[in-house]
Amino acid sequence: MNLRRDVFQAMADPTRRAILLLVASQSMTAGAIAANFDTARPTVSKHLQILTECELLKQEQNGREIYYHINAKKMKEVADFIEPFRKMWEDRFNKLETVMKKYKSK
Amino acid sequence: MEQKTKINTEDGKQELVITREFDLPLELLFKAYVEPDIVEQWMGTKVLKLESKKHGSYQFETTDPRGNKHGFNGVIHEFSPNRKIIRTFEMENTPFGVQLESLEFEKLTDDTSKLNMHIVYRSVALRDQMLQIGFAPGINMAHNRLQDIASKLK
Repeated sequence: MNLRRDVFQAMADPTRRAILLLVASQSMTAGAIAANFDTARPTVSKHLQILTECELLKQEQNGREIYYHINAKKMKEVADFIEPFRKMWEDRFNKLETVMKKYKSK
Repeated sequence: MEQKTKINTEDGKQELVITREFDLPLELLFKAYVEPDIVEQWMGTKVLKLESKKHGSYQFETTDPRGNKHGFNGVIHEFSPNRKIIRTFEMENTPFGVQLESLEFEKLTDDTSKLNMHIVYRSVALRDQMLQIGFAPGINMAHNRLQDIASKLK
């Protein structure tokens, strides 16, 4: 439960979301990621640390460089997060539609 | 397949938007929110009171599989037929507090319509909690689960 909330918090920050979008297209080093932001390098490092800690990003050693890439499994988990809520409304609205179609044909 | 019901949540905000397109004329969609016996059918709740007018109020009651009764109520702030309903919503005997709901009904074609439901919660944390537990108005949920959640919030 706590872990999930941390993921939510991690994604609540606009810079971190931008980082996720950026890394989603290709694996990048911290330096390459930071080059896309006006923010100070240590701030970007901090964001990367948070995203890595909650497993939205994964680190991969490639020679001397560390590359960051998206953890697709975790991202999917986050997407599924609101799925029960959405599904509940979907079911309810489907019912509404069915009820009203019957009502119409009466 | 495209999902008919969409939930739009922006991170760090205490609101969410639910949108849905219906294979129903606008008037029928709106009626589903006004006629108590119809509301009962699709919401799966008992309607104790539903005054569809400005400054009117409503009271729903659901019974969970264990036979426990859960009350819901709210006040209607705006009622524009076939157009808009603004109301509050509150689950009784829970620490969730009141939420503000704005429902906009829109005609798409003669046979189709769209509902835009904007819900504002008291805090970002509360909204996330609501999303997290897949919990919302009128749902038949087991009483013990509600207790679990309530105790965690305290």
